Amino acid sequence: MMKKELGLFVLLIVVSAITGAINPAFLSGVNLLNMANLIGLFGVFAIGEGLVIITGGIDLSVGSMFALLGVVFVDLLTKYEIWWPFCVLLVVAGGLVLGGLQAFLVTRLKMQPFIVTLCGLLIYRGAARYYTTDTTRGFGYGDEADTISDIASGSIFHVPNTFIFLIVLALVMGIVLHRSVYGRWLYAVGKNEEAARFSGIRTGAVIATAYVISGGLAGISTILLVFYTNSVSPSSFGNFYELYAIAAAVLGGCSLRGGEGSIVGIVLGTALLQVLQNLVNILGIPNSLNFAVMGTVILLGVLVDQQLQARRRLAAAAAGSARAAAAATLARGGQGA
Amino acid sequence: MAETLLELSGITKTYPGVTALDNVSLRVQRGEVLGLIGENGAGKSTMMKILGGVTPPTAGTVRIDGREHATLTVTEATRAGIAFVHQELNLFENLDVAANVFIGREKLVGGPLKLVDNAGLRARVAPLLKRLGADFMPDTLVENLSIAQRQMVEIAKALSIDARVIIMDEPTSSLTLTETERLLQVIADLKAHGISVIYITHRLGEIMTCADRVVVLRDGRTVGELARTELSHGVMIRLMIGRDLKSLYIPPKQPARPGGCDIVDLVTPAFPDRQINLSVQHGEILGLAGLVGAGRTSLARAVFGIDRVLGGEIRLDGKAVRVANPRDAIRQGIYLIPEDRKKSGLVLELPIRENVTLASLLVHARLWMVNRGAEQRIAQQQAKSLSIKAPSVDSQAITLSGGNQQKVVLAKWLSMQPRVMIFDEPTRGIDVGAKAEIYALMRGLADRGVAIVMISSDMEEVIGVSDRVAVMHEGRISGMLEREQFSEYNVLRLAIGQTLEPAGAAA
Repeated sequence: MMKKELGLFVLLIVVSAITGAINPAFLSGVNLLNMANLIGLFGVFAIGEGLVIITGGIDLSVGSMFALLGVVFVDLLTKYEIWWPFCVLLVVAGGLVLGGLQAFLVTRLKMQPFIVTLCGLLIYRGAARYYTTDTTRGFGYGDEADTISDIASGSIFHVPNTFIFLIVLALVMGIVLHRSVYGRWLYAVGKNEEAARFSGIRTGAVIATAYVISGGLAGISTILLVFYTNSVSPSSFGNFYELYAIAAAVLGGCSLRGGEGSIVGIVLGTALLQVLQNLVNILGIPNSLNFAVMGTVILLGVLVDQQLQARRRLAAAAAGSARAAAAATLARGGQGA
Repeated sequence: MAETLLELSGITKTYPGVTALDNVSLRVQRGEVLGLIGENGAGKSTMMKILGGVTPPTAGTVRIDGREHATLTVTEATRAGIAFVHQELNLFENLDVAANVFIGREKLVGGPLKLVDNAGLRARVAPLLKRLGADFMPDTLVENLSIAQRQMVEIAKALSIDARVIIMDEPTSSLTLTETERLLQVIADLKAHGISVIYITHRLGEIMTCADRVVVLRDGRTVGELARTELSHGVMIRLMIGRDLKSLYIPPKQPARPGGCDIVDLVTPAFPDRQINLSVQHGEILGLAGLVGAGRTSLARAVFGIDRVLGGEIRLDGKAVRVANPRDAIRQGIYLIPEDRKKSGLVLELPIRENVTLASLLVHARLWMVNRGAEQRIAQQQAKSLSIKAPSVDSQAITLSGGNQQKVVLAKWLSMQPRVMIFDEPTRGIDVGAKAEIYALMRGLADRGVAIVMISSDMEEVIGVSDRVAVMHEGRISGMLEREQFSEYNVLRLAIGQTLEPAGAAA
């Protein structure tokens, strides 16, 4: 189960070591902390995306959610001067509601997740641009945003708060996914929805919860991202971020067929993606190749993983028949082999 | 005498450990409708597979037009004019009728572009449809057609390859009465055009209407051949049964207790105009027999809350219970062991342990956290008491044999408190040893007071295991049998919609 994650971790270390050997600046404190910040920013919503992917669905809407919730958030703070904790609550609630709407369409009205969230992507982006008449929202001097700004973009002992938040979130979600009843249901539903239903699991509710969580995490990410860029340009803010999240989840071992993936994997996947982007800069590779490098690594990563899995299955099958020949019976032998 | 078109002689087919066909001979004449009947597992499907060139016989010869074929391939069978109308229709729903008829044999235009000549295909299909009296067009999408209409498409396909023998496997199992009559007319018309039909069915009434000759298979042997004048329900049923049933019956330790599950005027989506009434008591095994498509699985799905119930109610110990979904059913102690265990019973990729506790996870959880200790304990316990053969409870369910997979499905429910258990084809695809174990488990459960409904198409199982048998026919219970009335003859009569013990051989 953890083999995949271990492989990914080794890959991450190897890539980092090679990059560091070529250009030591890669391993400088500033660069590492900068990367940690970005990993934190992207990891939060990648985890939400991962949950949705484990159900066998997909969420294409998060990038546009950032834009819509982002402009609303900035306006709540600056234009309406609402006390910041309320703004935070409202934006997270907004994410939950949008996630809930998508969940309703997917589970109750039986629409395909790809279509529902693609339309979400289009609609939220359009709404953000219309609401702002395409003007950028940002913070002026003296806006009452200092406290939340410090929380969102600050650091503790130089470690970016975003990264700390991601670690805490990963621990919590790790427990939810790998230790809780809900997590077990999520995997069962992702692997075989019918069998889950025949076991009395409310599969609709399980799937819906994943979309709602994804929406909620998108709400939190919005706030973190807003204070990273300090302004929200509705037509470009968060563009393609859903694809980063999907890429991170897939790289981290989530199967688009559902039922597979882990929190550790998703976090490592996010980290590897950020390292790759950083490596492009630091090694002087033309920035225009950024996406191409990312695409190539994901392609190779998934390909190698699939080949390894196929080989492992063959080996397991061989071992299985050998064991059957040895007739290890649980009933007779207690624990068995 | 008409010429012999097709002749099978001395066909034997053995699979490891099973003889599916044993020295069977069969002859089809030009323009003849040959009825082929026999119980489930009598060897009909194997016979058809050999005719279609799908599987080679172990011994024997196939002679077409007097020419001997030692090995018949699919292509040869097709070229010889043998065509199938399958029980499960093999059509592409997303394509139109013409495309389906000529699939793989499309007429191409445009030279190197290899474009499909859609208009040409439609033009060629139109007269075939007209000949069959079809009420749809060559450019209708197959997904918009009813089952009966799709059958016409299959027949049109057969005609388009100039088929001389059309094999129809249970063609009417999902047809309405009118549609069936329409099909029988088409068969008569095919016959008039010199095309032979091999008609496989459980429905003896249709055989009486359309067959010129009937061959009866039993346990892989030809046990009788009847000319048209010799046909009667009684004769056919007697030929189909008449084997010695092995005694499987384990009597209950105590008589059934009153109370249990009553199904009152239940209406299922499969048969919206039929009501089902059925009672099963604590401590008894009620066999539920019937032909495929008689509504047994729909009943099980409705009682378990998978399908919406359209009317009537389910009572447990006299109290009406609401079962809107499987969760409600499980809460009441109503459990289903589904027909397709790989699709609905198990999450194959998960370990045995997680499959066993899938339904009861929340019960043992604290603060929604999986209680891993309890989970391990329950899985070990069940694996032991059901003697699930696996290296450990962490083995994936997919690595197990059919019998052991079924035991895992059972373990899921046995770790909870069953009151009513519905077994849908519990031993399908399971070897003999595991079968006996499952029967013993069912009896054990019944003796613990569980009310058990066992849906089965295996006659030996129905008669050998049940304390009482209910038979379904076209969406309703057509009769109940007590143990002293148990016989294949009685079950079959009820299953084909006739009443028990007729005065004479009713036609």
